[in-house]
Amino acid sequence: MVSAFIGLVWWLIDNTVANLARQNVATGFGFLDNNTGFDINQKLIAYDETSSYLRLLLVGLLNTAIVSVLGILLATVIGFMVGLARLSDNWLVSKLAFIYVEIFRNLPLLIQILFWYVLLIELLPHPKKSFSLWEVFFLNNRGLYLPWFTTLPGGGYLLWVLGLFGAGWFYVAHKARKMRELTGHNKAYARNYILIGVICLGGYLSLWGVPFEADLPALKGFNFRGGLSFTPEFVALLVALSLYTASFIAEIVRAGVLSVSKGQFEAAKALGLPTSVSMNKVIIPQAMRVIIPPLTSQYLNLTKNSSLAAAIAYPELVSVFAGTALNQTGQAVEIIFITMSIYLFLSLLTSFLMNTYNARVALVEK
Amino acid sequence: MNFLKWPTIEFSKAGLLFTIVTFLLFPALSNVMPAKAEGTLELIKKRNVLTCGVTQGLPGFSAPDDKGRWHGIDADFCRAVAVAVLGDADAIKFVPLSAKVRFTALQSGEIDLLARNTTWTMHRDTALGIQFIGANYYDGQGFIVKKDIGVTSVRELDGASICANAGTTTELNVADYFRSNGMEYDISSFEKSEEAVAAYDAGRCDAYTTDQSGLYAQRQRLVDPDAHIVLNEVISKEPLSPAVRQGDDVWADIVRWVHYAMLNAEELGVNSQNIDSMKASPNPSIRRLLGVEGSFGESLGLDNDWATRVILKVGNYGESFDRNLGAGSELKIERGLNALWTQGGLQFAPPIR
Repeated sequence: MVSAFIGLVWWLIDNTVANLARQNVATGFGFLDNNTGFDINQKLIAYDETSSYLRLLLVGLLNTAIVSVLGILLATVIGFMVGLARLSDNWLVSKLAFIYVEIFRNLPLLIQILFWYVLLIELLPHPKKSFSLWEVFFLNNRGLYLPWFTTLPGGGYLLWVLGLFGAGWFYVAHKARKMRELTGHNKAYARNYILIGVICLGGYLSLWGVPFEADLPALKGFNFRGGLSFTPEFVALLVALSLYTASFIAEIVRAGVLSVSKGQFEAAKALGLPTSVSMNKVIIPQAMRVIIPPLTSQYLNLTKNSSLAAAIAYPELVSVFAGTALNQTGQAVEIIFITMSIYLFLSLLTSFLMNTYNARVALVEK
Repeated sequence: MNFLKWPTIEFSKAGLLFTIVTFLLFPALSNVMPAKAEGTLELIKKRNVLTCGVTQGLPGFSAPDDKGRWHGIDADFCRAVAVAVLGDADAIKFVPLSAKVRFTALQSGEIDLLARNTTWTMHRDTALGIQFIGANYYDGQGFIVKKDIGVTSVRELDGASICANAGTTTELNVADYFRSNGMEYDISSFEKSEEAVAAYDAGRCDAYTTDQSGLYAQRQRLVDPDAHIVLNEVISKEPLSPAVRQGDDVWADIVRWVHYAMLNAEELGVNSQNIDSMKASPNPSIRRLLGVEGSFGESLGLDNDWATRVILKVGNYGESFDRNLGAGSELKIERGLNALWTQGGLQFAPPIR
């Protein structure tokens, strides 16, 4: 069976290559080194017209990744809130949650994306009449502009150290909790850790000065330059993906909570636990076992749905690589193959992470 | 007493695998592919319909009206080819294609002819397995801006936001132009031109860029066409040409000579109104064009009335231009570069002789 399958695949590939060669269509992956010759409007890493298609692929992938990761976080938060709100005893809260779910999961996602996009570019003012807050935050139909910073020499190094320090804090906090569970004593690990960090940072800054410079957005010609900016395309896509997926997650959460037997609520009540504690410590942990597997599917859906962004010019993987790059090079077979492999990899990675988490929270049968 | 038991046949596993693999790979190894011995011409004649790839709606080039009938200079060209080959200007299936999928549609044989205001570039001609047959419209890339931003030249667009169509030469030209002039810009590339135009109209961009003819056409669709101005300069040369698959020279010749026949007809003063009287013309060039003399149609694989039918049903190049783009249309585009060479333009057809 396996060899038959491999044989079939090989035959398909061989046939495709032979056909393309017969039609004089360029083949191979050599194009990845060529200059793209065009620019795009959101890049998390350095990219311009002289960059290669490989670089473009990376830029598109990062754009897909950032909107997916932020979308997953937002959708989870909103989804949990709405899902729990639907179970609320308060009639108004529960009905509002019900209306939210029924509206957002019943409208096609593409229409929602276009709705938010049109709303943003039609309702927000032209850059010359931007909404502004203290003359450092600006909002107009070209984007949202926030103050940001640029690094001076040494600044990049300091950022890395701060990042490592932040990661260390989790370890220290974990250690302190273990210690408390073991001995019952509170050790001031975390407090001391932060104290040492602040002293070190203070020493560094007083010795070498602040290696950062404020980067404020300012109107130059047609548009704002500088600062940290989010394009309307990004915001519309993020909002649409989050709200849409959250409506499904809300139902999953509701199902999960309802799957926990009523006796658990009553037992928690009988112990005198306040509602919030019984929810957080008794109900939700048990509901998670039911929630996680369908939640994983929603995360995968969100990532794949981000490819609808081509309609609003958000430069994610499908739009810039399987779209523009495909058209400029004409190498459809290779590009679609690469794109499919990447989505497969992203989905398998998400599944793997979620399955690992699932294994941790799953009910251990004794 | 076990004569009922069949003799067991021993399969060696490796032998079995080898048999299956060989069997499956045989077609590949011998490169037996879906045979395309038939030429495009025979194929079209057999199915009695020409499939023609056009835009998803660009007034002047190819756009459907409210009855679903396609109009435009490219749609006319499709009809001209259909009428030359099949004798019926309606034996045609228009396939609307986005910029992104047009070449794949042609390569894969989904369409016989691509007449979709497509720029003829070296890369497309050499690396995509397609053959351009000759520019039926000489264009250049331009910009449209709102009048109230006070811009009169492309040079003043430093720092502007620009809306464009994804997967076109316009994206590349903008990048080239702004880079070589040391100017900054933000580009938003949309998959469909309607989306790009709508975003521009909503104020997402300061300028929308495409071929200049397209700008005039799209301006009609804006909320307030008079509030916008097409800048005079062009930043590139865009010879828009129909294309066919590479490797079928007979078919490429037919398509090319339908284009030339329409040009020659205009040059010789033959049009859809006077064609009957022109048949009696003593001018040998006209007599050859209309098949009164010689057997040029037959050498194309058609009959000798091929050009007569084209001119009668579709008209000459000038008629098609006027009806769709020029004085007789809403767009009112000057002939300019697209005038005949005898009028100082670039449209030049080899002679029929």
